[in-house]
Amino acid sequence: MTLIKTKIGRRSFIRTSTLASGGLVLGFNWLASCKNKTEEEILAMPKEWFEMNSYLKIGDNGVVTITTPNPEFGQNIRTSMPMIVAEELGVDWKNVIVEQAPYHAEKYGMQFTGGSRGIMTRWEPLRMAGASARHILIAAAAQAWQVPATEITTEDGILYHKATEKSAGYGEMASAAAKITVPEDITLKEVKDFKIIGTSKKNVDAKSIITGEPMFGMDYQKEGMLIAMIVHPPAFGMTLKSMDAETAKTMSGIKDVVAIKSFKDDYEKGGFDVNAFPEIVAVVGNSTWEVLQAKKKLKVEWQPFAAYSETIKGFRGKQTKNVPAGLESSTSHESQMEEMASKPGKIVREDGNPKVAFKNAAKIIERTYSAPFLAHNCMEPLNAFAHVEGDRAQIAAPIQIPSLIIPTIASSLGIPAENIAMEMPRMGGGFGRKAYAHYVVEAALISQKVNAPVKLVYTREDDMTNGIYRPTYQATYRAALDENNNLTALHVKAGGIPESPLFAHRFPAGALDNYMAEEWSIDSNITIGAFRAPRSNFMAGAEQSFLDELAEATGKDPIQFRLDLLKRAKENPVGERNDYDAERYAGVLELLREKSNWNQTPANVHRGVSAYFCHNSYAAHVLNIRMEEDKPVVEKVVCAIDCGIVVNPDAATNMAEGAITDGIGNAFFGELTFKDGMPQKRNFNDYAMIRMADAPEEIDVHFVKNEIAPTGMGEPPFPPIFGAVANALYKATGQRQYRQPFVTEKQVVG
Amino acid sequence: MAKFNLNINGKQREIDVDATTPILWVLRDHIKLVGTKYGCGIAQCGACTIHLEGNAVRSCQLPVSSVGDKKITTIEGLSEKGDHPVQQAWLEIDVPQCGYCQAGQIMTASALLEKNPNPSDEEIETAMNGNICRCGTYTRIKKAVKIAANSINA
Ligand code: FES
Ligand code: FES
Repeated sequence: MTLIKTKIGRRSFIRTSTLASGGLVLGFNWLASCKNKTEEEILAMPKEWFEMNSYLKIGDNGVVTITTPNPEFGQNIRTSMPMIVAEELGVDWKNVIVEQAPYHAEKYGMQFTGGSRGIMTRWEPLRMAGASARHILIAAAAQAWQVPATEITTEDGILYHKATEKSAGYGEMASAAAKITVPEDITLKEVKDFKIIGTSKKNVDAKSIITGEPMFGMDYQKEGMLIAMIVHPPAFGMTLKSMDAETAKTMSGIKDVVAIKSFKDDYEKGGFDVNAFPEIVAVVGNSTWEVLQAKKKLKVEWQPFAAYSETIKGFRGKQTKNVPAGLESSTSHESQMEEMASKPGKIVREDGNPKVAFKNAAKIIERTYSAPFLAHNCMEPLNAFAHVEGDRAQIAAPIQIPSLIIPTIASSLGIPAENIAMEMPRMGGGFGRKAYAHYVVEAALISQKVNAPVKLVYTREDDMTNGIYRPTYQATYRAALDENNNLTALHVKAGGIPESPLFAHRFPAGALDNYMAEEWSIDSNITIGAFRAPRSNFMAGAEQSFLDELAEATGKDPIQFRLDLLKRAKENPVGERNDYDAERYAGVLELLREKSNWNQTPANVHRGVSAYFCHNSYAAHVLNIRMEEDKPVVEKVVCAIDCGIVVNPDAATNMAEGAITDGIGNAFFGELTFKDGMPQKRNFNDYAMIRMADAPEEIDVHFVKNEIAPTGMGEPPFPPIFGAVANALYKATGQRQYRQPFVTEKQVVG
Repeated sequence: MAKFNLNINGKQREIDVDATTPILWVLRDHIKLVGTKYGCGIAQCGACTIHLEGNAVRSCQLPVSSVGDKKITTIEGLSEKGDHPVQQAWLEIDVPQCGYCQAGQIMTASALLEKNPNPSDEEIETAMNGNICRCGTYTRIKKAVKIAANSINA
């Protein structure tokens, strides 16, 4: 039995009223008109709802509404989070209705979708929500039947008292239960007794998605709503000088053209207030097409800005950020990076005596890896709805971290934060980009200026050229081998523009007596931010390619080579700050070796292996390539993951497949370059994305079975795929891959 | 502005818009059918795919003035109850992640199977290659297209 204290998340147990408002809200109010409910759905509606806690309402007929707290961007937490509540509540999944929570910090804490933290951080609170509701339902039945609560059992939403042969549905006891106080301690189920968690449940939104129901931020509509689009500087390093909106304003359907400024001068920015272009122009009109036409006619002058530095209040305290002036180009970035890489960096970790080890080496292998900036390119371009009326604002936006943009909106609009109401419609992809919600601030400011409800829509070009990109990185690995080809020291020096990708305490740190990690960075005015598994998404590819080369140099099988290092890290780790669990790491490699039949490579198949730890989870892949007319074809990927308990296995598998495909795409094609501050790709005609023909023919995902509380899932399978691609390509072509993207000729689009 | 009479999902709809307006925006802004998605506006991503007389076309490149009385079908009108064999296969395989591209994928796949109920892997890839899925659901999409083909041929 797991006993947990309800007070860990006691605030989430606030009940707004004993009796929640009647009527079933399946999604957002604005969706209500879109489709008639089927007769069955109407019949299932209870007459009254009783609120158990902020996550749970039970209807008088036993139907249960579970509120899912975090915004959804495709990882399917709208299914898996309610599954966790339903498990502990002990209801039949068929009787569950899922409702999306609006932004509500007091009830739901940090509604953060990102960092693979969703299920991990909600695991206990959601279990508690279900278990405590079950507890008060039992207490209500005990009172009603005058029997001890300990004698009452539950199954699929029914309460039983065996001795007196009494039974009642949850719905019958919900009214009484809603009046009972939740106790201090709650008992949770044993993992072995789970009936819902660990079984695959279909995506609760699948039907709406495949029938085209409005559900994304982009689909938001409101009576009297205007459409707004932005015009932003064409190059990083530039800002607004002046505009001439005369012609644009007279065009059909155009209501206004306004300049907006996203931050108040004295506003202290947070870590997610990244915005390259705080001063922009917005065109506002009746319809998207009319606004698009007017946008083209707008005359705006831009000017370079001067260098500045600012203080950012991030998760790790205050930091100073220097933003240089100038129009940057990828060619100069390359020479700057080379120069930095040739100078000593900042030593972040040093074990043993790497200098001596390198001096005494019989052989030194040194390799440098690099990767370009990447654009997120969510299929749904940035957008946000805002309606500001006086000192109140109503917002609906696809957003990953609502709580972090509320203070900015409040400051920029000059209204109290508590007057901002925010809905969080489904995101058409996020990948980190929608954690930086400057577009929501922009929508709010535009609405305030034009005094109307506004939906701000970015064109694909706006989205791609106003990015908060994955930085460009470089890493040099050096290894010292003795005369018997034993690895005696490892040295990594990594850097990037404008941040270093280094994780100094990750494998193989801890497995080597002599180890050194250094880093450097170069300031830039190109804005960067989180991109699926930040920094790991580069380091894994570099490190795992290098380890593959070392395995070859030392004459070992690449999986065995890693396992030997992990054995050392487990039995006799070097240093105290290693951030991975060597046993779990080895576990995924062992599972992978078995499931991929590693020792039997099929004819004409070239295989690469790679593994990585990030976001508290372990993932490893074997990728099979076959050459067809000199072109690599990814035939199959076998994947092993240890992310603890898997709540919804098929959904987790889908996400792993997505991470693998996304990684293959970015390894092969992903690239954004700059010239004079201008992004050199603006839309999908220049930015090559992976398409069906390049996706793996087969993906085979396996999870390590254990009873560890869930850890990250959305990101961990992504970083190691870069290494698997590189290592398989080497087997297929004899060429090592040091520079992403691996395929440079423009992809032919169907 | 000009008046157009369009046949959308079997219904006549009259709208008054600029003649150059692409059907994508007519659907989304004027008819309020938002299942058809905007992804690129330049015929590169397939998110806006609809059927015009049964053929898969990119509605972002289809000016309203060019349609005449040709029949437009959108994802909302593909089937009455969301039970077209392609939609059913999508549910069976649980294809979507974020879901944004999926209406376009389904419209492309259903037009393909209408013309070629038994496509080879290469034919599926060729037909579907104009539809980007940023979330990377291609392996499932391909599986679902094959399941739909089987159920159509059964
Ligand atoms: S929006 Fe039409 S193809 Fe992308
Ligand atoms: S499911 Fe997200 S783009 Fe395809």
